Order: sequence, then C-alpha cells, then structure tokens
Amino acid sequence: MAREVSTGRKAVVTAIAWGIGLLIFFPILWTVLTSFKTEGEAINPHPSFLFFDWTLENYHTVNERSDYLGHFWNSVVIALGSTLLGLLIAIPAAWSMAFVPGKRTKDLLMWMLSTKMMPAVGVLVPIYLLARDTGLLDSKTGLVIVLTLVNLPIIVWMLYTYFKEIPGEILEAARMDGASLGAEILYVLTPMAVPGIASTLLLNVILAWNESFWTLNLTAANSAPLTAFIASYSSPEGLFYAKLSAASTMAIAPILILGWFSQKQLVRGLTFGAVK
Amino acid sequence: MATQASRTASRLMLSPAVVLLFLWMIVPLGMTVYFSFLRFNLLMPGTEEFTGFENYLYFFTDPAFWPALVNTLTLVLGVLVITVLGGVGLAVLLDQPMWGQGIVRILVIAPFLVMPSVSALVWKNMLMNPVNGLFAAAARGLGLEPFDFFAEAPLASIITIVAWQWLPFATLILLTALQSLDREQMEAAEMDGAGPFWRFLHLTVPHLMRAITVVVLIQTIFLLSVFAEILVTTNGGPGTASTTLTFLVYMQSMLQFDVGLGSAGGIVAVILANIVAIFLMRMIGKNLET
Repeated sequence: MAREVSTGRKAVVTAIAWGIGLLIFFPILWTVLTSFKTEGEAINPHPSFLFFDWTLENYHTVNERSDYLGHFWNSVVIALGSTLLGLLIAIPAAWSMAFVPGKRTKDLLMWMLSTKMMPAVGVLVPIYLLARDTGLLDSKTGLVIVLTLVNLPIIVWMLYTYFKEIPGEILEAARMDGASLGAEILYVLTPMAVPGIASTLLLNVILAWNESFWTLNLTAANSAPLTAFIASYSSPEGLFYAKLSAASTMAIAPILILGWFSQKQLVRGLTFGAVK
Repeated sequence: MATQASRTASRLMLSPAVVLLFLWMIVPLGMTVYFSFLRFNLLMPGTEEFTGFENYLYFFTDPAFWPALVNTLTLVLGVLVITVLGGVGLAVLLDQPMWGQGIVRILVIAPFLVMPSVSALVWKNMLMNPVNGLFAAAARGLGLEPFDFFAEAPLASIITIVAWQWLPFATLILLTALQSLDREQMEAAEMDGAGPFWRFLHLTVPHLMRAITVVVLIQTIFLLSVFAEILVTTNGGPGTASTTLTFLVYMQSMLQFDVGLGSAGGIVAVILANIVAIFLMRMIGKNLET
C-alpha cells in the first residue's frame, strides 16, 4: 500500500534534503575544488566557487616534493594486510561459532567484544615499548599486527552475524547426500558465505585506512600511512592550502568510493549486529 | 551429528582468534597496570622503582587532570547531543519520499569516511582559519569581524569537527532503524486522526529508542578516544583548554616520557570506558538471544 504523497510536498522535502545534504558535504566539496586552485587563489580573500583557473599543478607538486605514492602504498599495505590477516584468523572462528555453537559461544562472543571496548590510550605505553624493543616501531609489519588485533573483534562479529543467517539445514542436507566436510565447505558454504566475507573486508579496509591513533603514534617517516602523512601538514611550514587539498583529496577518494558501496555493512559492522 | 571430532575441529578453529585476543588484552593491560605502580621515566632508564599509588596521586592532583576530565565529558556529551538530535531529524527527513534520495544519502554519509587528520586540517585551515578561512571571508563579506575559532573556542571547534564526522553514523543507524518501523501501524494511527507530531512522539520515538541507545553507547566508546582531531588542531591548548584524558595520557607518556604517570592515566581511562562498556554489552547481549 503505497502512501499517497502530493508532488508539492515531495518537492519541498527534496529541496530541504538536498540543501542539508550539500551543506554537510560542503567541506569535502570545498577541499576537492581547492585542490584544483593555485596557492594564491586558494587563500583569495574573495574566494570563488567555480570560476577560477583550474590547474593540476598541486597534484604534481605533492607527488614531486614528498613521497606521496610511498605513503599511499603504506596505507594500502596496512589496510589490506591487517584486514586479510584478520579474516584468516576470524573466518574459522566465526564459522565454528555459527555452525557448531557450544554452551559458552555467547560468552565468548561477548568477551571478544569487550576487548574492543578497551581505550587505546590504556595500552599505548606497553605497545609502544614492545614495538620499540622488537624493532617493529615505524614498520608496516608492526602496524599490520596491531590493526589486525584492534579490528579482530569486529571482523569476528560481522562474520558471525552473516554466517548465522546461512540456514543450517542446507548443510545437513548436503551431509545426508554424502558430502564430505571439504566438499560441504567448498560447494555449499563458500558460495553463501562470500557476500558476508566481502562486506566484512570492505568495512575493515575502511576502518583500517582511517585508523588514526596507532598509525600516528607508532610510525615516523618510513612507514607512515596517509593519516600520519596528512597530519604532518599541520606544522606551519606545511600550510599550503591547495597542496593540502590535493593530498587530502587523493587520500580520501578511494575510501569515499568504497564507503558508498557499503553503507549497509557500515551499520551492521559498527553496531555489532545490534541494528540491521 | 555434532560428533566428538567436529567439536575438536571447532575448538581448533576457534583457538587462534581466542588466544590472540586474550594475549592482546591481557599482556599490554597487565604491563600498564604494572608500570602504573612504578617510578618509570624513559629519559632516566635504570631508575625504576616501586612507588605504590604515587602515580595515581600525581595524576589526580595534576593541574591538568580536572580540566581534562571536564573537557572529555564536554566533548562526549556535546557531540552526542548534536549527533543524536541532528541524526533523528535527518533520518526522519531522509525517510520521506523525495527525488534523488540515494544521492542525498551519499552526501550525508561522506564525512564519516574521511580520515580524522584530513577532516581536522580541512576545518582548521580552509574553513575556520581567522585570516584565510572561508568562514572569515564570509564574515568579512557580511561586514563582521572574523572569529578566531581555535583561539577563542578551541573545545567548541573540536566538538563541531567531531560532530560533523559522527552525524552520518547516527543518521545512518537511525535511518536503518526507521525503515523497520511498522508502516501499517503508522497508517492506522493516521486514519484515526493522529497528527504528525503525535505520531512522531508516540510511535517513531519509542521505536527509535533502542537504536538511539546503541548510537549513544558506541559513539561514547569512540569519542572517549578522540585523538587525531586534537593533535592536528590545537595540540590540547591553549593551555589545557582542549586537553582530554586521552590527550593528557599521550602527552605524559609520549612527550614527557613519564611512563609511570601515563600508565596510571591510562588505567583511569580504561575504568571510565568500562563503565560505559558494561551498559553497551548488556544491550548487545540481549539482542543476541532473539
């Protein structure tokens, strides 16, 4: 039963919603626009919105003067590496909790969640010292390990809620038909589990890409991902708006695109399945 | 057919995750507790000694402690009020029939996907800068004096930035919850002559309460750890005007190298977060049963 809505009302709602939407999006839009301005134009006391001389110069300069691609690569390695390692550990665990639940499965899940509640600052010193003493300070390996552990509870939980939705009867039917455990996993479970795994991967790449406590505290020049590289623009000599904008645009573009594809998973993953 | 073999297999599959998380939780936390009872400064190696609760005493009597606690609570509460009220409003708006709903949703969600150091720097330099920022240009255009946001109202400015980042999260979750609202009940109420305000208050709000609770609890966990936004904008200042507990502990341990003091502060932060966590866990645990 579709609700009858007058065109007039719909037009008003559309106008208000677009207005607010553009207002919220404006800082991002402004950053992207500024990245195409010259430095002089970027701090023009009478800023122009669209009618300026568009230039790609800032993108060139950022790449030339700093190892932008290196930092970008660090972000890719850290985000993808920690997510894949996390999936490798979490998939068997979530699979087993969803399909062979024991008496203590629920307690176990809750306990895993509780580790996520620990504020990072509570373990800052020991992690820093451990990383220093094992030579993992300012290394991609160190960050991959830390971010894997930080996000592991979310990965397990998300996978668990997805696996839980796979009907157990299908597995039993496959077993009745004489499928071995290997065949069961390969032909029955995997095709049904892939969408959930893909969503989990997507959300965790986003989280790891933007993680800004450990990446700022555990890296220096060598393995700094984009979060730390951009933060270095806060020092006065780095105050070049157009270049800052170009570096920022390149840093957020991949995640904006990924994120827009995974709106639903965002809700599910970040609320631990409490809101679907 | 949950045989002994399959149970063993399941235990084997579980153990890596469990063991790793257990180590991750217990080892560093144990070290923090241990350090918090030591006189331990990285600049003076070899002088470590047991001091009992001295670090905690120093932490609580540090002139920055009370401002930091008040700032932390102000930041968390300020952002929560803005995002929950704004989120409910936006979710109700986005739930109405309109043209281009998908695109508006994308626009609204975007800030949540921007990394904290970028959002903080963009707001600090390009929008809020008193000389070159867009707000200053707008103020001059209106004949007003530009406002120096981070000098005059550092904490409020940070709250604005963080609220901008988290408003999409609240909106997205509340919108998802809203879409599971019983339409027929709504329509029945409408036919019975209930006005839109009555319907909002007696049907929408109660339905959203659960989602609002989830938003409040999860955001609180993340907001207690806000860090990059402070680091790249005010660095905690001027004075202690925008120093939070997280930032105070960071300064003590990473800038003053006072591991003992920083660890005591870290434990205080853990206790604070745990109070919130207990409520959150109960909510989620209840949901697990249904």
